[in-house]
Amino acid sequence: MSNVRDIRRRIKSVRSTAKITKAMQMVATSKMRRAQQQALMARPYAMLANKILAHCAASVDQHTHPLLDQREVKKTGVLLISTDRGLCGSLNTNLFRETLQYDAANTVFVTVGRKGKAFLARTGKKLLADFELMENARLAQTRKVSGFLTDLFLKGEIDRLDVLYSEFINTSTQRPMVRQILPIKELKALQVDHRGNSSERPALEKPLLEPEFEPSAAGVLGALLPHYVHFEVFQCFMEAKASEHSSRMVAMKNATDNAKELDKHLVLQANKMRQASITNEILEIATAQAAMS
Amino acid sequence: MPLRLEIVTPEAKTFDSDVDLVVLPGVEGEFGVLPGHEHLITQILPGELVVRQNNQEIYLAVGEGFVEVDADRVSVLTDMAVNANDIDEKEAEEARKRAEKALEEKGGVEDEAYQAMLRNSLAKIKVKQHRHR
Repeated sequence: MSNVRDIRRRIKSVRSTAKITKAMQMVATSKMRRAQQQALMARPYAMLANKILAHCAASVDQHTHPLLDQREVKKTGVLLISTDRGLCGSLNTNLFRETLQYDAANTVFVTVGRKGKAFLARTGKKLLADFELMENARLAQTRKVSGFLTDLFLKGEIDRLDVLYSEFINTSTQRPMVRQILPIKELKALQVDHRGNSSERPALEKPLLEPEFEPSAAGVLGALLPHYVHFEVFQCFMEAKASEHSSRMVAMKNATDNAKELDKHLVLQANKMRQASITNEILEIATAQAAMS
Repeated sequence: MPLRLEIVTPEAKTFDSDVDLVVLPGVEGEFGVLPGHEHLITQILPGELVVRQNNQEIYLAVGEGFVEVDADRVSVLTDMAVNANDIDEKEAEEARKRAEKALEEKGGVEDEAYQAMLRNSLAKIKVKQHRHR
C-alpha cells in the first residue's frame, strides 16, 4: 500500500510532466502558425506560375516533354515525408500504413524525416536516399530532393513518382495522402490556400490573349515544367509540416489534459489518506487517555 | 502610364510598386521594358535586374525564372531576388565556394540544387561588384 509520501512524489512528477507537455503544445502551436504563414507567402508565386503556365499550355499543341512521358510502370519511386521527432500522435503510423500498398520488389523509397527512415530500415524496404531538411525549409532546400527525384525519372530508373505525406485538412484532422508527381498527368493549377491545403485544384484558366514568347512557347514550357515539379513537392513539404505541428499540438493537449486529470485524482487520494492518518492518530490518543484515567 | 513591377519568390513578394524602367537579364540578352510594352512571356537567367524609380536606380540580384510583360505590368517569377544593398558579399562568396566544392566532390545526387546555388551566388557577387564601380 502506497503511503502519503509516495503519492506526493507522484503528484510532483505528474505536474512537471504536465508542464513539459504544455510547453510543447505551445511550441507546436506557434510552429504550426508559422508553417501556415509560410504556405500563405507562397501564394502569389503559385498564382503567377499558373498564369504563365496557362499561357504556355494554350500556345503549345503537342505536349512533348520528358517529364510528361507516360511509360509502363516497372519501378515506382516513393518520396516518404515523415517527421524527425515523435510525440505527434498517430501521424506517422497512419502514414506508414500506406506504404503497404506498394509492392516491395519494384518500389524504391526516398525519405525525408528520421522516423520514416527508421521505419523503412526496420521493415527491410529499399531505401535509396535520405534527405535531412531544416525546420522551415525553403524551396531552395526542398529542390535538392525534387531535383534528385526528377533526375531518377529522367534517367529511367523510376517510371513513376509518388509523394506520400500527411495532408492537412484542419487542426484536428490529418490524412495520409499519395500524390502522383511524375509523369505529370495533367497540367493543373498550383494552388495554396491559407492553411497550406492543396487538395482541390481547378484546371488552368484559358487565357484570352496570346502573348509573344521568347524563345518559344514550347521552350518556356519546357523550362517551366521542372519548376512546376519543384513547387509541387515544396507544397507537399509545407503541408506535411503543418500536419506535423498540428498533430503534435493536439497530442500534447491531450497529454496535458490527462496529466491534469491524474493530478486531481492523486491529490484527492493523498488528502483522503492524510485525513485517515489524522483520524487514526486522534483515535489512538483518545484510547490511550481513556486507558490511563 | 505607370509600369507596375512585381517580383515574386516562393517565400515572399519581394517587390511590388510602380517604376519607370526595368532592365531584365533575359535568356536572349538583357532587355529593357518601358510602359506600353507588348505582351511577352520569356525566361530570365541569374543576373542583375535594374529598376529605375523616381530617377533612382535600384539593383537586384535575381535567380533563374520567368517574366510576363504586359503594357502596364511586369511580373517576375524567380527563386531568388535580393536587393543589392542587402547582399553580403562575403556570405555570397562563401556560398559560391561551398557550392563549387560540393559539385566537385559529390557528383550526382544533389547536383542540380548546388548548380542553382552556384548560379545564384555568382549573380549576387556580380551585382554587388557592379555597384562598387
